[in-house]
Amino acid sequence: MKRIVFQWIATGLAGFCLIPWYMTDSGFWRFRWLGDLTLSENAPALLQVLLHGRFWLAGALIALVAAAIVQIAVKSPVRAARFTAAIAAAGLAWTMLQGLIIVRSGPRLFHDLLANTPAETGQIGFGAGAAVTLLGLLFVLTTAISGMGRGRGDAFVTGMIGLIVSLVGIFVFYPVVHILISAFQTRTGLFDLALFISRFFDPEIWGIGCLIGQGGCGPAINSLILAIATGAGTTLLGLAFALIFTRTQFIAKPLLRVLSVIPIITPPFVIGLALILLFGRTGAATELFSDIFGIEKSRWLYSFWGIYIAQMLSFTPIAFLVLIGVVEGVSPSMEEASQTLNANRWQTFVRVTLPLMRPGLAAAFLLGFIESLADFGNPLVLGGNFNVLSTEIYFSIVGAVANPARAATLAIVLLALTLGAFLAQRRWVGTKSYATVTGKADSGVHVGLSAGVKWVCYLAALPWAAFTAIVYSMIIFGSFVKLWGYDHSFTLEHYIRAFGTKIRDGVLKFSGVAWDSYFTTLKIASIAAPLTALVGLTTAYLLVRQNFRGKSAFEFSTMLSFAIPGTVIGVSYVLAFNFPPIELTGTAIILIVVFVFRNMPVGVRGGIAAMSQLDRSLDEASITLGANTFTTVRRVIAPLLGPAMVAALTYSFVRAITSVSAVIFLYTAKHNMATTFIVGRVENGDYGLAIAYSAVLIVTMLAVILATQLMLGRRRLRRETRIEATGTTGARV
Amino acid sequence: MRDGTGKGSVVFTDVVKRYGDVTALKKLSLSIAPGELVTLLGPSGCGKTTMLRLIAGLEAATEGRIFIGGEDVTHLSATYRRVSMVFQSYALFPHMSVAENVAYGLTVSGMSRAEAHAKAEDGLKMVGLAGFGARLPSELSGGQQQRVAVARAIVLEPEVLLLDEPLSNLDAKLRRRVREEIRQIQQDLGLTTVYVTHDQEEAMAVSDRIIVMRNAEIAQAGSPHDLYQRPNSAFIADFIGDANLVNCEVLEVGVQTCRVRVAGQEITLPVGFAAQGPARLVLRPHDLSLTTEPGPARFPASISYATYLGSQIQYTIHGKLGNLFVIAPPVHTPFRAGDTVHVALSPEKAMLVADEPIDT
Ligand SMILES: Nc1ncnc2c1ncn2[C@@H]1O[C@H](COP(=O)(O)OP(=O)(O)OP(=O)(O)O)[C@@H](O)[C@H]1O
Ligand SMILES: [Mg+2]
Repeated sequence: MKRIVFQWIATGLAGFCLIPWYMTDSGFWRFRWLGDLTLSENAPALLQVLLHGRFWLAGALIALVAAAIVQIAVKSPVRAARFTAAIAAAGLAWTMLQGLIIVRSGPRLFHDLLANTPAETGQIGFGAGAAVTLLGLLFVLTTAISGMGRGRGDAFVTGMIGLIVSLVGIFVFYPVVHILISAFQTRTGLFDLALFISRFFDPEIWGIGCLIGQGGCGPAINSLILAIATGAGTTLLGLAFALIFTRTQFIAKPLLRVLSVIPIITPPFVIGLALILLFGRTGAATELFSDIFGIEKSRWLYSFWGIYIAQMLSFTPIAFLVLIGVVEGVSPSMEEASQTLNANRWQTFVRVTLPLMRPGLAAAFLLGFIESLADFGNPLVLGGNFNVLSTEIYFSIVGAVANPARAATLAIVLLALTLGAFLAQRRWVGTKSYATVTGKADSGVHVGLSAGVKWVCYLAALPWAAFTAIVYSMIIFGSFVKLWGYDHSFTLEHYIRAFGTKIRDGVLKFSGVAWDSYFTTLKIASIAAPLTALVGLTTAYLLVRQNFRGKSAFEFSTMLSFAIPGTVIGVSYVLAFNFPPIELTGTAIILIVVFVFRNMPVGVRGGIAAMSQLDRSLDEASITLGANTFTTVRRVIAPLLGPAMVAALTYSFVRAITSVSAVIFLYTAKHNMATTFIVGRVENGDYGLAIAYSAVLIVTMLAVILATQLMLGRRRLRRETRIEATGTTGARV
Repeated sequence: MRDGTGKGSVVFTDVVKRYGDVTALKKLSLSIAPGELVTLLGPSGCGKTTMLRLIAGLEAATEGRIFIGGEDVTHLSATYRRVSMVFQSYALFPHMSVAENVAYGLTVSGMSRAEAHAKAEDGLKMVGLAGFGARLPSELSGGQQQRVAVARAIVLEPEVLLLDEPLSNLDAKLRRRVREEIRQIQQDLGLTTVYVTHDQEEAMAVSDRIIVMRNAEIAQAGSPHDLYQRPNSAFIADFIGDANLVNCEVLEVGVQTCRVRVAGQEITLPVGFAAQGPARLVLRPHDLSLTTEPGPARFPASISYATYLGSQIQYTIHGKLGNLFVIAPPVHTPFRAGDTVHVALSPEKAMLVADEPIDT
């Protein structure tokens, strides 16, 4: 343990003495700052203290040195650990506080709260040096805590907990605090609880007119109805797909897979757009029905049903991906046991298979429910007069009369709904253990579906697959015609304008207008995806496998970012990270960060579902065999989590490419993203190019997903995946 | 690499383990000598697995200290304890071959692949599975998987080996063979071993010492012989070997002898006992005999069942002492159900324990 503590002390000292403390204008990686380290902007903290009179920075140095002295001087390991932890904690607290209090500009929220006089000396945002120093202090703290015997004395575990808690604190809580405070704030900047309560319970938000036949409902009720419908619908459809995929000998499985995966890789507003092309007042299907059946053209699409269909199209595949792992994870021997106890296939399915899948089903429902609540693209395109919370928040901020307080209130309402769902799910799943991948190797055969269940699955899933296919052919078609609805002659013009290349002076030039944003998007998504998977699965591991105080609070906080719609995250990031001590707006880092922390909960949920099917004795065996936690994670858990890992990677990559809601507040001309570029085109009425670009994005993501699947593959627990041939057993009725 | 002599003692001082409100181990102290094989025996839920997990470092003690090989390991993580464990559920890694499973502990501690696999092959040979290395665990029978788990633990040459019901999935014959093999390996390597089992015969067969647990406490610890001959409670008497428990009253106590009244007769027993008043007489089935003659220390009874087993005859009888189970050597004309007999107890073989409920 001592060795690890000294390593982190050294890291902290390096950050303090060698690397610029503040953000440098030319960035870090170009190393321009090496030119003149003594400049007030470039100086490491040590020089800041010595040359520029920023004495308050010395706190970190004192803490690091004191920790080193304690480690050397105090003999009893437990006492040394206790002192070191206290010192490191104080150093961390001091360094962060000075950053919040001694600021130069900005809303100075914390400054106003904590100090009454304006600060004399300002500082700019934390830079690489500050980050490294803080990291060093953090790990000195966590390692010392493990030395006190916490986390079964495992420095890796306490370190990961500390790191994730800090990251979530900075990138979820800190911005949310900014936005929450404004919900309590009056126009003059005072805080008023009564005002907040009256805002929160505003009948305009909670109106139930639509249920009792008097006008429309408030956005909260609308969102709730929509989310329940979407959660239930996507779970059932996803289950049907998953059962067909894993338990039948359906021929067109690969096709099914592709069809069900495509919607995930589609920017949300594209589905809305395609639905308009189909069912809008001048849509293809609308024209068809009015010609053949004389059905009146109407605007029914711009209502609950339009959004519902779009959300079902968008989110069913997510449920499918979650449930496929769950269905596969049900141990065949349990089903075989049931059959030998004289249960027929239907009874086995209802009494054994379904209950075993309960946590998975709950996870899928929760996902659909929250996705629906947070969905921004579909309601934006199709909303019309059906107001939901996420778009209302957006309009409260960018609308004619900006009303941040109302946006904040709506955000709290939304938070209450999603947290409620989260709690309900926990209750329903209970605390039972559902481990089905045990250390006892399984060699059984999955039970086939009973005829009834099979037909229900086919009837539900296949028409839906066909519908999805139609919606997508609309997109392809739309990208090749001159002007949708008017001039349907074939053209490649949209693609050339977006992705043309020229060879000038023997050099390949990307002359199309879309290339810039395309490359930026790919770059940011491929940095964000592995980080997301890493953070998400690590968190899942800690939650499932480790016991520590405050675990439920920890779980809560990691799920929190999922419960906040992208629009709110976007705004809160602008509020929080536009000013010191953490100035990130305008950088690519903020885009990566927003993707990681918005998509992390999916990795966590997927990881939890997968991991609670892995018997705990597997990692305990590894530990007692002398592997440390890190090795155990790498050699035992990660390989067994193959499917969950692929899902998390794929999902976060795709989400980084397709998401709009948060990005729309955070992108800059320098880091323009594909979706914001497309939205811009749509606003200019340039549908052709928008759709062509979307099609290219979809193809790109498909290619990446296939490559990931091939590379990371399936876990090999049984030599082959066998499905019992229909009609051979289970005939005992 | 884990080096060292491979011998280690295990000491618990006042160890308490609580899971929330559940107390899985009450204040418990014990010490296990190097090279000793100790079995933990006891009814389900009495805390056996918990004790193993505390030694392995998979759980942290709520209170108290744990020492292995003289070193305080209370706060040491499982990775760094020289302890290997064979799990109740085998816990073989399903994605690794048998050889990779066995070599795992060696490779993670830095041994080269080739060397580790050579040692793994030796380990597999030791448990009779040479040549199975390339298979996946799912391609082995339950018993073979169990032996792979044993091999995986043993190749590390740990200071302490922990086995949690290692034989529970084997058939009776294989169970006897594997337990003898484990005992042999344990003695060859001089491994301190803690062995959990439900099966008292197994415990008697392999142990240097048996620790019987009950309700999160040690009920009695001692050699198999001690436990059988000198149970300190009705629970132990009942649990270790078959015993008939008969209520009696202690009339006079001495250092070497005491007088008891049982079913109206007064008998002198050659054992010391602490207190006067109600107690229980422990009568082993082998130590009772049946005659047709009445006499001192004989009690009338009638035969309820008689079972002829070749090497012995088992009787269930009913009479003044309640229901008794008697094992008699085979004779030419055994008693039959319904016969009236006298059951004779031999005072020098009878034991006395306190009168307390034996349910757990
Ligand atoms: N993680 C846990 N959380 C709460 N209670 C637990 C936990 N693990 C064990 N217990 C409780 O502690 C007690 C002892 O459990 P333990 O597993 O040691 O029993 P055991 O003697 O090994 O039983 P068996 O012979 O059935 O394996 C039981 O009452 C059990 O319910
Ligand atoms: Mg047990």
